[in-house]
Amino acid sequence: MTIATGGPKHRTAFLDARILDPASGTDQRGSVLVEDGRIADFGPELFSESVPDGVRVIDCGGYCLAPGLVDMRVQLREPGEEHKETIGSGARAAAAGGVTSMVALPNTEPVIDDGAGVEFIARRARDVKLGKVYTYGAATVGLAGQQLTEFGLLTEYGAVGFTDGTKAIADAQVMRRALSYARTFDTVILQHPEEPSLAGGVMNGGALATRLGLSGIPTQAEVIPVERDLRLVELTGGRYHAAHLSTAAAVEAIRQAKARGLPVTCDTAPHYITLTEEAVGDYRTFAKTSPPLRSETDRQAVLAGVVDGTIDAIASDHAPHDQESKRLPFAAAEPGIAGLETLLALSLGLYHEGHIGLIELLSRLTCGPSDLLGLGAGRIVKGGPADLVLFDAEASGHIEPDDFVSKSKNSPFDGHPIRGKVLKTIVDGRVIFTAETDA
Amino acid sequence: MTIAKASSETGFRHRHLLGIEGLSAGEITYLLDLAERYVELNRKAGKTGDLLAGLTVINLFFESSTRTRTSFELAAKRLGANVVNMQIAWSSIKKGETLLDTAMTLNAMHPDVLVVRHPDSGAVNLLSQKVNGSVINGGDGSHEHPTQALLDALTIRRRRGRLDGLLVAICGDIAHSRVARSNIHLLTTMGATVRVIAPPTLLPSRIEDLGVEAFFDMRKGLADCDIVMMLRLQSERMQGTYVPSTREYFRFFGLDQEKLRAAKPDALIMHPGPMNRGVEIDSELADDIHRSVIREQVEMGVAVRMACLEALTTQKAAGGPDR
Repeated sequence: MTIATGGPKHRTAFLDARILDPASGTDQRGSVLVEDGRIADFGPELFSESVPDGVRVIDCGGYCLAPGLVDMRVQLREPGEEHKETIGSGARAAAAGGVTSMVALPNTEPVIDDGAGVEFIARRARDVKLGKVYTYGAATVGLAGQQLTEFGLLTEYGAVGFTDGTKAIADAQVMRRALSYARTFDTVILQHPEEPSLAGGVMNGGALATRLGLSGIPTQAEVIPVERDLRLVELTGGRYHAAHLSTAAAVEAIRQAKARGLPVTCDTAPHYITLTEEAVGDYRTFAKTSPPLRSETDRQAVLAGVVDGTIDAIASDHAPHDQESKRLPFAAAEPGIAGLETLLALSLGLYHEGHIGLIELLSRLTCGPSDLLGLGAGRIVKGGPADLVLFDAEASGHIEPDDFVSKSKNSPFDGHPIRGKVLKTIVDGRVIFTAETDA
Repeated sequence: MTIAKASSETGFRHRHLLGIEGLSAGEITYLLDLAERYVELNRKAGKTGDLLAGLTVINLFFESSTRTRTSFELAAKRLGANVVNMQIAWSSIKKGETLLDTAMTLNAMHPDVLVVRHPDSGAVNLLSQKVNGSVINGGDGSHEHPTQALLDALTIRRRRGRLDGLLVAICGDIAHSRVARSNIHLLTTMGATVRVIAPPTLLPSRIEDLGVEAFFDMRKGLADCDIVMMLRLQSERMQGTYVPSTREYFRFFGLDQEKLRAAKPDALIMHPGPMNRGVEIDSELADDIHRSVIREQVEMGVAVRMACLEALTTQKAAGGPDR
């Protein structure tokens, strides 16, 4: 929002913060001045003497002040399944999780495959007035995997990329044309990399699935479409993003593709770095995900991919489901985890375990995803939007799904020990979330 | 690429006209100069000559066509030839041998010239190997349509006085267009600079190897162009596989006043016809007599085809080499 020129400026000073900006590598004690929703100035000297009159002051108490998180993969269930989540409840969950920008998948009912759908998401987000909500357009009409949608018109309406959501673009010719056509508008195709004919199972293929008598999905189901798609990227030059990598083989395929200079990126979700198939344990449907949780070898390879930068982003893959969708025999239960509120704390686990520096980790949660989608967010820069998260990187606690703001509480992380807590979330200079202080 | 100063001294010494690829600048210029004379003749009242008197021309069309067939028919009749039109529904007969059977059958009737259009690339070439007369390619699949490129060149040359040094943009379904291929060969041979503009789904792979520059953005591609050639987009390409919809295609690749502003102020608009108004071209522009030379292209078509018929029949009498 721009304020009429000439009027008094809304100014807020964030004092005594540990300013962390992964894009510039900044990690310094200092203050940040926000004017009319934009970052006007920041640094160690700012306000070192005093703060002028008329400036609202927020004391950061030495805690970490970083760009607000950019979550590039969430399902908000609106329109169509508002009993699981709405854009409003999802935006509140995002605020509680320190997420200031998120991108919704188009797999709603109706599917977001036309301009009106893209506009609907934008309008609802404006009404809700919390964090920024973007959407992908469906890559094919009705997610049916055949006819391309109007990439050009949808991009003009605001779609930030094209994907068939939780369905793979299975047909090679359709993927080829999608990658090729995407070049016209310099947009990106995001793939759910799972070969449908191999993905009929319900959990990771292997000894545990065998013991439980559940049908398995082999890791090959992920690497086969990734490798095929990389060949099509070579053919077309289109930009390609592989979502939620879960296997060592797929991470290695992307690593090699990047080394060859192909325009490819990828992300993973906290559960693929944190959990293995063992979490399925005694048929726990909350640990049923798509793709499935994998072996310890795969988990370590995905973690290594995050650390060495092969994996550009960590996304929550927020998949809210009501109890009725999960309290079912394992095979019948819906896959997915409500992840918006645990994205930061679970990711910080990598830092606390000494795998990765704090700045490097934050880049996977801020400028990394923002840059690959061209959102212009995820950095602390003069003149940029004041989208920030204030967090305590050390606070110990446990995940309590019952306390989630999200309408859905489906998380396998019940009681999972964490270190890290979101204190405040700021969007365009407005504080949209403040943690309840511990009594 | 070095372009010899175009000269018509070389004449035209081929038995068939199967494509533009391989023709020299001199040969192209010879045909255009020949056609130029027929333009004037065609505008007069008594326009029948007797150059082809006693010769037989068969228009053999395996693909429906009204304009091209009529143009060839008129051209042959104005030169005094006997003309037979054969329209064969290719879909109703089997491929392979049948095409050659047809060729042998017709050959036995000793036609002097066969004008052949066929939906398969290379089919006209195949047929030409089995007949004794001359063959003119009236369009084969997505391969070549040489007389269209010649009539386009004649139209441009009459308006601009030259071909070399011009900047020409060919826009639309390059992948499936024989008109685009013939024009690319002709224009680059004559020293023009050629750009192709299309969504990447409608650009064939390695099109740059034909000596053109490819663009996905109309405004960038049209910048400073002297000539804007629009191609017809077949409706079956607009159903989500190559292009998602007609409205999206028109929005980003249809020629309208706003996009045309990027080209030179006096840029000419061309289209091989028939036009899809509101798909590849705005109706207002198509009818703009100051910019659009679409009707002139049709007029040049008859003159160019008369020139081709003359070149093939007269040099054959002189015993020219096979091509």
